[in-house]
Amino acid sequence: MEKWENNKAWFLVLPAFIIVAFSAIIPLMTVVNYSIQDIFGPGQAVYVGTEWFEEMLGNHRLHDALWRQFLFSGLVLLIEIPLGILIALAMPKSGWGVSACLVTLALPLVIPWNVIGTIWIIFTRPDIGLLGVGINSLDLLEVPFDHTAKPIYAWITLLAMEIWHWTPLVALLAYAGLRAIPEAYYQAAKIDGASSWATFIYIQLPKMRGVLTIAVLLRWMDSFLIYAEPFALTGGGPGNTTTFLSIYLVKLATMQFDLGPAAAFSLIYFVIILLFSFLFYQALLNVGRGEKT
Amino acid sequence: MSLSLVNIDKTVAREIHLKNINFSFESGSRNVLLGRTLSGKTSLLRIMAGIDRPTKGRVLLDGKDVTRLSVRKRSVAMVYQQFINYPSFTVYKNIASPLKIAGYKKSEIDRCVRETAEMLHIEDLLDRLPADLSGGQQQRTAIARALVKDTDLLLLDEPLVNLDYKLREELRVELQQVFKKRKAIVVYTTTEPSEALMMGGNITVIDEGRVLQTGPTPDVYRSPKTFKVAEIFSDPPINCINGKIRDNTACLGHNIEFPIKDRLTALPDGNYKFGIRSHHFSLLQKDKNDTEIRTRVKLSEISGSETFIHVTYDDLPLVVREAGITPLRIGDLISIYVNPDNLFIYDEQENLVAAPQMVSN
Amino acid sequence: MARIVLDKIAHSYDSNPDETSEYALKWIHSIFENEGAYALLGPSGCGKTTLLNLISGLLTPSKGRVLYDAADVTDLPPEKRNIAQVFQFPVLYDTMSVYDNLAFPLRNRGVPAGKVSTRVHEIAEILDLSLVLKKKAAGLTADAKQKVSLGRGLVRNDVAAILFDEPLTVIDPQLKWYLRQKIKLIHEELKLTLIYVTHDQVEALTFAEKVAVMHEGEIVQTGTPKELFENPEHTFVGYFIGSPGMNFLPCTLDGTVAHVDGTDIMLDHKISELGRKARGKLELGIRPMYLQLCSGSTNDGVPVQIQAVEDLGSYNIVTVMLAGKPIRVRQEEGLPIPSDKARLVFPPQWIRLYADGRLVKSKEVENGKVGK
Repeated sequence: MEKWENNKAWFLVLPAFIIVAFSAIIPLMTVVNYSIQDIFGPGQAVYVGTEWFEEMLGNHRLHDALWRQFLFSGLVLLIEIPLGILIALAMPKSGWGVSACLVTLALPLVIPWNVIGTIWIIFTRPDIGLLGVGINSLDLLEVPFDHTAKPIYAWITLLAMEIWHWTPLVALLAYAGLRAIPEAYYQAAKIDGASSWATFIYIQLPKMRGVLTIAVLLRWMDSFLIYAEPFALTGGGPGNTTTFLSIYLVKLATMQFDLGPAAAFSLIYFVIILLFSFLFYQALLNVGRGEKT
Repeated sequence: MSLSLVNIDKTVAREIHLKNINFSFESGSRNVLLGRTLSGKTSLLRIMAGIDRPTKGRVLLDGKDVTRLSVRKRSVAMVYQQFINYPSFTVYKNIASPLKIAGYKKSEIDRCVRETAEMLHIEDLLDRLPADLSGGQQQRTAIARALVKDTDLLLLDEPLVNLDYKLREELRVELQQVFKKRKAIVVYTTTEPSEALMMGGNITVIDEGRVLQTGPTPDVYRSPKTFKVAEIFSDPPINCINGKIRDNTACLGHNIEFPIKDRLTALPDGNYKFGIRSHHFSLLQKDKNDTEIRTRVKLSEISGSETFIHVTYDDLPLVVREAGITPLRIGDLISIYVNPDNLFIYDEQENLVAAPQMVSN
Repeated sequence: MARIVLDKIAHSYDSNPDETSEYALKWIHSIFENEGAYALLGPSGCGKTTLLNLISGLLTPSKGRVLYDAADVTDLPPEKRNIAQVFQFPVLYDTMSVYDNLAFPLRNRGVPAGKVSTRVHEIAEILDLSLVLKKKAAGLTADAKQKVSLGRGLVRNDVAAILFDEPLTVIDPQLKWYLRQKIKLIHEELKLTLIYVTHDQVEALTFAEKVAVMHEGEIVQTGTPKELFENPEHTFVGYFIGSPGMNFLPCTLDGTVAHVDGTDIMLDHKISELGRKARGKLELGIRPMYLQLCSGSTNDGVPVQIQAVEDLGSYNIVTVMLAGKPIRVRQEEGLPIPSDKARLVFPPQWIRLYADGRLVKSKEVENGKVGK
């Protein structure tokens, strides 16, 4: 539909445009500026072209952080998406149970992110935390559980926290997708003698395509960018083992003041996220589609 | 008051939705737009209302160019297929809403709402919410809301298509009564030929975004200018047999022949398409001039007061509508008859060259 | 194929219905014979879809039993009853091809691949789908999709009945015509029990051998299209079937004459006999297509004023006023219509009398021995 009201409407958008320009575009331009110059101090800038980019791409600490990040995001997606779908499938379709489930699921989503980090720190403490004390009382581990005792503990705690925090989002989206499927499809499947698994694969999953695409894209982007929770929980440790990309970048920029390399990598970071989001989107929307006659 | 569309074109993303639309409606007229789904009826209605702007062409109201005028400034009301009402307003408030926006006085609003509700037989439902109403009642509310402001233009986009068969019949009669009392220009779209015939008035037949024919409904029905119009404006579908005329004899198919008489002798020799409406076929020879066609029965459908007999002539499917109940067995060989005066004859360009004489009532 | 019996069924959507609950189906006792084509016809909300769901097993009745060939299947779910259902909108497995869609029910039952292939090709041939077997089902037009839905029901040769729930709702009028024939031809060829739910009387009457007319949760009359048309047992059936519906005139009886507000109409001897014994408010019913209009100069019939003439192509509907009530007459194209003053003839053999809405008829007719 063409909207052909007076073009005066554009002026209404101007304030929002100005704010976005101020808070996003101008800082972005600043980052680009930093990434191609070496700034010693105010007024002392030297154009270095792609030097920072080359340095960052060769930086092995960065590579480590990158692989850690991919591993983390990969695990997050692999666990959260199926778990969210399972929860959605298990939720009741009507009655008071629906509201109860929706509210319970929403609770983790409304807690501020660094508070979540703090909750989990306390939760996993070997002296006063429920989980910490619980695991240690079982006495199965050589090294007693503490979220910073061993890298593997840190990872498990981080993943558990992340999954606890965000699976509800996937579950809510999947639930909305499921509710939108007309009853007739289930009836037809029953009549065709389809098993629950076949019903899931051939009816529910394809019809949830839209919401699942949103869920995957959101979780991918957020988990790849993750900063507050791991920083609050482990500060990037023990050692570097949970130093993800954003944490490394922040360290680089604010602690080492290597603004140039940090800026350069920020841009690369941005491009990676964009690239993978695009790939996910294409894959999800087109798998099993077929040509239109 | 008149509404004119001049050289309207509408193209969306390189797809032609409308091309070269030209026509004019007078006030108090009832106009039906008949066409298949996706033929452009809704696009046309939206341009008339002012919701969409045409890619080319002008819309004139009483000679004034209103093409760029927004719909809010025009005097137009529209009724949709899906019964669209404000879900949180009662029926009363729904009908009153356009008057409130226009700033009418409260007493005036009350009078108009009650009058319009009575016209559509929903005066007892004024306190209910749309969700508590049946489909027919919801659509009546939507129609009442469209009528209450007495606009110059009243547009209805297949308003009865989501209702029960019987309810559709009843509402059609009611709507006709309602339209008679208005001086608004009424434009009503439909895909069903029988609905078009029942609404009467003038008809415009549209296909693939182009106007094929326009005129008083019975006239267009009796003289469809092109074969496409005959196809669109027929239910059951019009039968078609290809043939030719030579030496004052018409040869249809491979063995149907009859002499050309009277006004048809003026037609030049050549190939022609012969169209026959299903109720013009008969199982009995009523007149010595009737031509016989030997066919095989494929299926016989009985609908209470009439029978639809599906036959094949040389693999060509034909439909015969016979009054009364005539059960036939599949595979039977039967003869069907048609009076040559009842043929619609189309030349090679599919233009009408002969039609059954108009019966004078 | 099966003979389906609905034994004293009543159904309410309340979970624990009692006397005061709202019943969607009030009392249904019906038999659907093996290999028959049946239609359930009625306006929205009459309970026809509820009834269909009880037959298919998607709903369990609050009261009564459902029997397939004398076996009580009331508590069995749909997959155990071996029925197939076609819905209002096409229900397909979007990710599969047409072939896989048609093969799905067979594969779920463990039929070997060779047999699956033969059967799928057979059914595709009947439904004119052979050319699109390899295409993805999601890309087809609405009518082709409905054919695939139908095909999934037909592939299983042990299916007890095929149930249709207003299947032509989303189809274009031109294609409706074609699909209706296809379904009827399939019935002729494959001899299946078909039950078809619709609000469209043309669909119901052309498709079914027997039609059950439903109104407010009850089956008002079951009969062949001819019976329903010529002898509607209830004023609702007279009104609902026929386009336009039956004309009704309140009347009083006097010998063999019915008085309608000052006008006298001659009745059939038998009918007036029965009318005399009838109790309740009397109405005279006659269908528009049986009424005859003649010019004002003759002495037949009763004088009427012509109010409106509608030209509907193959026929005309003439609305006349008689005793202040509008009466509709349906005349074939070509018959002369008198101007202004005319006379209306009521052929006695087509007049029906109704007492309190029910057809007045002899005990013999009621017992099925005599028909008109």
